[in-house]
Amino acid sequence: MPDWLVIRTFWDLTVTGLAFGSIYSLIALGYTLVYGVLRLINFAHSEIFMVGTFGALIASTQVLQIPMLESGNYPYRTGFTLILFLLVILISAMLISGLGAVALERVAYRPLRGNGEPFGAIVLAFLTAFVLSLLFVNNTKINLVIALVFTAPISVGYLRIFRKGRQAPRLAFLISAIGASTAIAEAVAIWGPKGREQYQTPRILEKKTLFNLFGTDVRIDYVIVVAGALLMMISLTLFVNKTRLGRGVRAVAQDAETARILGVNVDLVILVTFALGGVMAGGAAMLFTLVYDQSRFNIGFVLGVKGFTAAVLGGIGNLKGALLGGFILGLVENYGSAIFGGQWKDVIAFMVLLIVLMFRPTGLLGESLARARV
Amino acid sequence: MSSLLSVFTKFKVFFLDTFGGLSEKWYSLTKNQRYSAWGLVIVAVYLAPWWPKLPVIGWIVNTPGTNFESVLTDQVLIYVMVALGLNVVVGLAGLLDLGYVGFYAVGAYVTAVMTSQHWNLPWLVALPVAVIVSMLFGLVLGTPTLRLRGDYLAIVTLGFGEIIRLSAKNLEWLGASRGISKIKHPPSFGPIKFGVLDAKPYYFLALTFVLIVMFFLHRLENSRVGRAWTAVREDEDAAELMGVNTYKFKLWAFAIGAGVGGLAGAQYAGKVSFISPDNFPLQLSILFLACVVLGGSGNMYGAIVGGVMVAWLPERFRNFTDKRVLVFGIALVLVMVFRPEGLLPRRVGAERRKSKAIDEIGASS
Amino acid sequence: MSDVLLEFSNVTMQFGGVTALSEVTIDVHRGEILGLIGPNGAGKTTCFNVITGVYSPTSGGVLFDGKDITKLKRFQITRSGIARTFQNIRLFSQMTALENVMVGADTHKSSSVPGALLRTKHQRHEEKESRDRAMELLTFMGIADRYDSAARNLPYGYQRRLEIARALATDPQLLCLDEPAAGFNPAEKQELNELILKIRAKGYTVLLIEHDMSVVMNVSDRVVVLDFGRKIAEGLPAQVQINPDVVAAYLGVPDAS
Repeated sequence: MPDWLVIRTFWDLTVTGLAFGSIYSLIALGYTLVYGVLRLINFAHSEIFMVGTFGALIASTQVLQIPMLESGNYPYRTGFTLILFLLVILISAMLISGLGAVALERVAYRPLRGNGEPFGAIVLAFLTAFVLSLLFVNNTKINLVIALVFTAPISVGYLRIFRKGRQAPRLAFLISAIGASTAIAEAVAIWGPKGREQYQTPRILEKKTLFNLFGTDVRIDYVIVVAGALLMMISLTLFVNKTRLGRGVRAVAQDAETARILGVNVDLVILVTFALGGVMAGGAAMLFTLVYDQSRFNIGFVLGVKGFTAAVLGGIGNLKGALLGGFILGLVENYGSAIFGGQWKDVIAFMVLLIVLMFRPTGLLGESLARARV
Repeated sequence: MSSLLSVFTKFKVFFLDTFGGLSEKWYSLTKNQRYSAWGLVIVAVYLAPWWPKLPVIGWIVNTPGTNFESVLTDQVLIYVMVALGLNVVVGLAGLLDLGYVGFYAVGAYVTAVMTSQHWNLPWLVALPVAVIVSMLFGLVLGTPTLRLRGDYLAIVTLGFGEIIRLSAKNLEWLGASRGISKIKHPPSFGPIKFGVLDAKPYYFLALTFVLIVMFFLHRLENSRVGRAWTAVREDEDAAELMGVNTYKFKLWAFAIGAGVGGLAGAQYAGKVSFISPDNFPLQLSILFLACVVLGGSGNMYGAIVGGVMVAWLPERFRNFTDKRVLVFGIALVLVMVFRPEGLLPRRVGAERRKSKAIDEIGASS
Repeated sequence: MSDVLLEFSNVTMQFGGVTALSEVTIDVHRGEILGLIGPNGAGKTTCFNVITGVYSPTSGGVLFDGKDITKLKRFQITRSGIARTFQNIRLFSQMTALENVMVGADTHKSSSVPGALLRTKHQRHEEKESRDRAMELLTFMGIADRYDSAARNLPYGYQRRLEIARALATDPQLLCLDEPAAGFNPAEKQELNELILKIRAKGYTVLLIEHDMSVVMNVSDRVVVLDFGRKIAEGLPAQVQINPDVVAAYLGVPDAS
């Protein structure tokens, strides 16, 4: 291969690697935040991301009423309209993911911390009634009605039998997360707008080349993705370092009990942690649909694993680590594909992770949201 | 409202009383009585393919829509075997393994390669090789990674499972995406024929293996090895300071777990005769983990119960087919919220002999 | 066989910017009960952690029975003959009292997985040995009546004694006790004193961290005092008690005005 072609490919791979990596970074932020504060691997975070992509879809097709048109005839927008539309989509995705994350925490994790509260009890009661009704009939409308009828009494019962003050073993959290993850993905598959099909999101951004870097065309959507990720990372870091609530987050990450004694509202901190993670995932979701123009009910899984890998690679619990880990993962995947072939992409990514962990057991930048616990 | 609550309490009491009372009654039997009870249970389980024919139990147990015997062999016993193996790693030693499907796949693929793809050896020869190779993989994976802290181990083992699957998918030598077919069945002898239609011989073979594994695992648990594992799980640093060579025992846990997984894989391959990388997705690792935690991690019988539940329940309730997975997910959350220690939690020493139900009833009244 | 069992020589222990120990030298003589005292944060538990291999000293060395143990793995140090208890109890809560002590007794056993799988004669013999030794120690510590209870269900006093039993099960030459009297009432402290003397009478050497003077002063042959990571006094209990530096360390220096 002539030299100039290799170099061109290298920068090509680098640019796209950074772009994809940004998406991994944003997803990684959610994992790393929750882990840093609660020592919990939020396995269902991947579904929070997926739900965000559906939020983007609904925003663009229902709210903004953008038509889904074919290639060559895309409903491009420009200038102020474009920015406005993108913001609307972004906010919808963030909203849905953020709320979803908070709801998830209350339903699947909080009761296991010995801190069950009414919202969680109601949702769990509803789900129980729904599932039990399925034993008798399989008709969504009827199931819903039955479920709604029995939710109230069951939730009262649940509130009574919630194990107050007793923390469940760590594995239980993991399994609960896995259950929630499975349930959310399936719910979207069964009742979501597109079922199990892959769906397109309307394309309103014309993917022009913005500039040329070392012979590589850098598209505007790549730039937006990387810039967006950096912006979100910076805002998050500012929040954690400069605001009072952010200090609370760091305090709880280091020592929850002491923080509580010192007057930090730990429940609020946990809510904020999950909300922030969700919002980051929502941002990732919007950027994802911007680049890929598509989504599906089960994309959460693969991207979740990648996001989690990125978080561990950079140092789980470390915000900058999530960013670094995401970029490195994106780059490694690209370079690895180029050298060994696309089908080995994931193998190479995991190998890199393994090698990094062998030499730096707490990830590249170590754990810093709280001190590393040995 | 209060009557509903009292129904709740009565149900809970009944549930606890039955299960709690069981362990009390068990320990009040003499040794000979216990052996006889075991004998009866084992015979009954061997006769499981005929359970659907019984009156009440038959209705409870039968799986409408699928062949009950196939469910028993292809799913229940495989999951039970896997749960037993994973229980050693996760439940006893406390090592978070999210890639157990990898060892299962290794066992299946070694069997496939030896009996079909590259050599033409009988299944019985492939079996021990499959187990040993799986154990080696366990050692290879464990040696660098067991120094990592729990949660990091999770992602690394997850990666390992994926690496195995992707390697199988991309290597021609392993059949690539097409998979490997014509894997040999276990050897038929006498009236027991391992063919394609009748699942019963496979069931008997698998059950025998499960019982053998249970026997040896029981020995391990009640020995220095079992104590070392529990100590490592409880407080690894304290264990080390009490003279336990934690690294060595963690490696053993990994290797043994891997070997049992490989055994399950070899059996699976021998029955279905065709495997492909799609048979070993990451989701399966997660399902395996759910078996152990749901059933009660650290407890061999809990793992069995978990395996049975995860394998059998979706088949039993096929009548809400399209929502099976959804129900499974919700069920996982519910069980973890209300009984996080699992259905059959691990009881220690004197607790096993006393009925915990009595304490709990006393506490809640 | 030298008189000095443990030579803790010129040990400095630094964590980042914090110096926990600064050139501390402690000699523990065979068969003695050495008390290690000092205000909170003086570095006493850090000494234990260096001795048992939890930390690697920044400089200085630790010789046990003439051999350098700083490069050994923790379980190897235990096997060499050093055992310890913990300030905040670290029992294996899901095991019975007997099983906890058996883990200690297993330290020097050689049978492993193959032996357990096959129940070889050797393995069965070792199991019996561990079990018998564990029962023996439980009886010695006076807690044999609850041998079958889960450790987490035992009363506090039993738990503390169980930790000591478990440490003794590793067959040590040097027993390091980290605040064994914490939370005890005076009667229990008296019992503990007698217990420590009984242990020494059996031939063990004891290194004891304690805050309670009624325990340390009555039981120790010699006392070493640490303050801010330095050794500030050493000698017989009576001498140390009236040492002005020691008094100042605990009570503070009165204002010049």
